[in-house]
Parts: sequence; structure tokens; C-alpha cells
Amino acid sequence: MLNPLFWYQAIALAFSQIWANKSRAFLTALGIIVGVASTTAVIAALTGLKSKVLTQFESVGASKVFIFPNRPDDKPRNLYPWEKVRLKTSEARALRDECESIRAITPITEVGLEVESGDRKIEGLSVTGIWPDWHEIENRNVTSGRPFTAIDETNERQVCLVNDDAVKELRLPADPVGQFITLGGRRFLIVGLIETVQARFFGLNTSSAEIFIPFSVAEKFQPRDFFMRITALLKSPELAEEGTAEMRWILRKQRGIPDGETESFQVEAIDRFIQQFKTLATGITAIAGGIVGISLLVGGIGIMNIMLVSVSERTREIGLRKAVGATPNMILLQFLLEAVTLCLVGGFIGLACGRLLAFGMTQIPSAQLDEADIPLWAVVLAFAFSAGTGLIFGMFPAIKAARLDPIEALRHE
Amino acid sequence: MSLIEVRQLEKVYRVGVEIIRALNGVDLTIERNDFIAIMGSSGSGKSTLMNMLGCLDRPTSGTYLLNGHDVSRMGATELARVRNEEIGFVFQSFELLPRQTALENVELPLVYAKGGWRDRRPRALAALDRVGLSDRVHHRPNQLSGGQRQRVAIARAILNRPSILLADEPTGNLDSATTVEILAIFRQLHAEGQTIIIVTHEDEVAAHCDRVVRLRDGKVMSDLPILQDSAGRHRGGAGAKGSHELGEQKLPC
Repeated sequence: MLNPLFWYQAIALAFSQIWANKSRAFLTALGIIVGVASTTAVIAALTGLKSKVLTQFESVGASKVFIFPNRPDDKPRNLYPWEKVRLKTSEARALRDECESIRAITPITEVGLEVESGDRKIEGLSVTGIWPDWHEIENRNVTSGRPFTAIDETNERQVCLVNDDAVKELRLPADPVGQFITLGGRRFLIVGLIETVQARFFGLNTSSAEIFIPFSVAEKFQPRDFFMRITALLKSPELAEEGTAEMRWILRKQRGIPDGETESFQVEAIDRFIQQFKTLATGITAIAGGIVGISLLVGGIGIMNIMLVSVSERTREIGLRKAVGATPNMILLQFLLEAVTLCLVGGFIGLACGRLLAFGMTQIPSAQLDEADIPLWAVVLAFAFSAGTGLIFGMFPAIKAARLDPIEALRHE
Repeated sequence: MSLIEVRQLEKVYRVGVEIIRALNGVDLTIERNDFIAIMGSSGSGKSTLMNMLGCLDRPTSGTYLLNGHDVSRMGATELARVRNEEIGFVFQSFELLPRQTALENVELPLVYAKGGWRDRRPRALAALDRVGLSDRVHHRPNQLSGGQRQRVAIARAILNRPSILLADEPTGNLDSATTVEILAIFRQLHAEGQTIIIVTHEDEVAAHCDRVVRLRDGKVMSDLPILQDSAGRHRGGAGAKGSHELGEQKLPC
């Protein structure tokens, strides 16, 4: 219907209009520039924060579940003595044997022991008792030697795993496998060197000396009512809700808690924290969307205003174009294209500013924003919204231009 | 079949409570390759008639057949198409786009044409050549003299090989030497077969034409041929309607 020359000249004209009125065009598009820049910057910051936080969550393991004792707040304390509240090894076993949705599970307990190696002696070093599943749950393997096995656990073998920091502190040889150390007065064989994980969670540095022993062995060092927690790994992160419900059901059964009674323990999936954070991030993105809506409205009114000025300035030109054969629709399209082009140029500049702001954020030290970047969808959306603003607010001036009577227009001074 | 057949054309405007009959039953027939001047004082309806003939406006009543097609009942979009293909306008104040070169100005009608955009360059260059501006192709209007600007406008008007070249006071903004130049171009185009209608109030301009239509109060008052002598000079000659009306033609309007 319309020949390519029309499109070419319409777009060329749109750009030449902007070029001929640079400062005016800039001031007009400022609303859109500021709107797009601020919104994309906010989205970039959020995206950076989100990916940072999610990576940190995921480093912990998205399908991990934590179980810990929890005395109900709404009940008198004397109804829930520690003995009733604390987790027991039997409960960990029940979960391991009965829960369908978990892949791996381990009770964890920490016991402060005196550690001796040769003439090195460290008082009160925290030694952690674990099941062999711990390797899979925490995704930590041995760099040398072997991991724990079920036999270590059932036979209560006096074996241990150490990390590099422990090797250094105890002045053990670089490969300590096969060496003996004394823990709490007993001789333990080092069977494996476990890799050290740095800065696992929000800068919380857990990489100090670590020594692991089989849970059954740790139990014997502990008093009768010792504290333990349970960490489990679900078969998949999607099972978060189902899996936690199943674990709660098993534990209620174990503890004989009737329906309606408050639980004396807590089961939390990492996934839930991730969901909460995602909801929060979505909320903030929506607010940013609201801001862009308002700024585009303000920008759009500016566009409409300047397009009306343009139509009135170029009335004779419109008359001439009509005289040489431009139909009303062609004039309409011409002015719409001009408004859209102006908005898209504004959107482009806004995006460039937003990109610059995002880059600035990554340079702020310790702001957790070093991954701030404008995602592709935000770029597409910024252009779509800019073009949409041009279309909506350019429509009225364009209709005005299209409806001009060519005779009146040519007579216009 | 005549190129233009206008029958009982009326145009009525309403200004407040007043009713103005700008055209009050105009009959006019224009043949192909006519070179015609439409004259009349202000308020005579000549501008309204020009707008009608140029398909810029629609009559209140009456018919206007252009090439046998009734254009008096067409919508705005169809009229735009007719203007694009059948009519070339030349205006008193040239109406060139200031930021575009002569060539781009001449190409303008092809922007809105159905076809022909592929060979726009050679066509525009040929049109500029016909008005003698081959050496000013890439100049902008502000780099051209008034006469040159009007020649660009004429090149633009003839680009689409229109049925009618419609000029509205084409020499109104030009000095007398340039006027002669522009009128010579019109004469040349006419000799090449172009139908030309000039709306003017200047006798000197009308004298260059072959036929003069005078309007008064929205009606055709006289419609006379002008005879040319062998030297190409123009003088009033005995026309079909008698010499007594010729005398009137000399009167200032």
C-alpha cells in the first residue's frame, strides 16, 4: 500500500526534525529519559541483588531443609521441658527411614574437645559429628583420602576428617591422611582431607579449623540431653512444600503431638526463603514499574505538547504534502512516526544513562551490587513503553494534522 | 471527451448567520493542452474555483468530471490520490520544504505515489532539466533565487506527468524579469502538450495564455481566446464572443 520511499522519507524526516530542534527535542524527551534511566537503574540494582542473594542461597542448596527444636511461644515453658523439645537421633533415623521425599539426611552436633597432635594442643575446638550423607548435603568432598562411610557410623570407628585450616593449626603434614590425632583423649585416624569452603553465606566466614567425626562417636562425647539439629536434602527443590509437610507429619507422629497442638520443632526449607525474597524483589520491581508509568505519563504529555507545536508550526508543510497527494492516513502515520521516533530516541538515551548508573553501582564496594545489570527483558520493555508512549500521546496531534483542510493549511501564516 | 467538464458548480459557505455563495453555478469546459488563465477580483470566486479544479475541496452541488470521472463526490483519501496523479500545483509562495534539496523537493509527489519510486532520481532530474535547473540539483531553497525556487516548484508539479498544471498566482512574488522567465517555461511546457491553468489577477500574465476565463460574483463572466501573432507576442484578437468583451479584458481587476 505505502511505498518504501514513504517509510524512508518519514523516518528520515522524523530524525531531521529532532536534529533541527535538538535542544527542544532533548527537553521534551527528558521526562522519558529520566523515567527510563531511573527505572532501568532500579531494575539493574534489583537484578544484581537478586542474582547475588540467590547464588548465595543456592550455594547453601536450594533443596535443603533445616530441622531444629523450637519451644512454642504460646505455651507455658514448663509444659515443654528441654527433654521434650530437643531433637533425638531416633527422630533423625525415623526421618531417614520413612520420609519419601528426602534424598539425604544427617543429624549434626557440635562438641568442644581438646585436640592434640604431636606437641600441639588446642583446647575446646569445636568438633562436628555427622552422618556420611553430610558430604552430599553440603556438597563437600575430600581432596585426599576418603569420605565417611556407613561402616564408620555403625561401627563407631574413631576416624576423622580435617580441613586445610585444621591441618595448619595442628601443624600436620600437607597430606594428613593416615596420621593420628587425639580428640578428647582418644586417638583418631585422619581418613580424609576435606576441602575448605570460603565465605559461604553473606560474608559469614566459616572457614576456620574444622574437624568431623562420625555422629555415633560424637554422641558418646555429649551429655545425655545434648543439642543436635538435622539437615536434609530433598530429591528436588520443587518438593519443598510437600517434603516439609511429610517431615512434620513424621515428627509429630514420633513426638505424639495431636492435631491442632503446636509443634515443638521447626522444619524450614531454603526454598521458602528464596520464595520470600523473590516475592519481595517482584514487589519492588512492580513499584519501579509504577514509577516508570508516572514518568512516562509526564513525558508523554510533554511529547503531546511538542507534537501539537510541531503540527501548528508545519501547517503549511502539511497543506503542501496534502496538495501533492498525501492522504489523511499518510499524514497521521508521518506524525505518529515522529512522536514514536522522538520517544524511542529518549528511551535509548535513558537506557544508556541507566546502563551508566548500573555500571556505577557495580563500582560501589561492599554494596552487594557488583552483578547489577539491565536484563534483556527490561531493555525490550523500556523500548516498548517508549514506543507506546509515542503512539498514545502522538495520536491526538497526528489526528489533528491528518484532519487539516489542505486549503486552510496552505493559507496558514 | 473533454479533460475538464464543470457543470453548475456551486459552493456555499456559512459564516455565522451569513451565507456566502463563493461559486454560483459555474459552467466550464477545458480541453487537453489548453493554456488558460482564470481571472477575477478578490471575492469573485476564482480561488474557490481553483480549489475545486485542484480537487482540494468538494462543491456543495454540481458536477466536476475530470477525465470523465466524477471527482465532486469523492472522499478525502480518493481526492488525495487524484491530486497525486492528475494535478500539479504551483503556488505563489513556492511552498518548498526548506531543509530538503531541490531534488528531494521535486521527488516529494513520489513519496505519496503508488508506484514510480524506483526511478525517482532520473525522473526528478529530467523534470529539473525541463525547467533549466540541472545545475542546481543539490541546492537548498535558501541557496536559490525566487525564480529558481519557482522553477523547482514547477519541476515538482510536472514530475508525475499530471493532466493539469494548476498555478495559483505563480508570479505574484517575482519581479518582472523573472516573471517573463517563468511564463516562458509555462509556454514551453504547453508547447510540449501540458494542460495549464493559471489563476491570476495580472493582465500581463493572462496575456501569455491562450484563453482567459473571468469570474465575477461566483459566475463565469467571460471566456475568451487570445490570439498570438507570428512573432510570439500576444495581443487581444477577435474571439468567438466578439471584440466588445475584449476591451473589458484590458481593464485592471
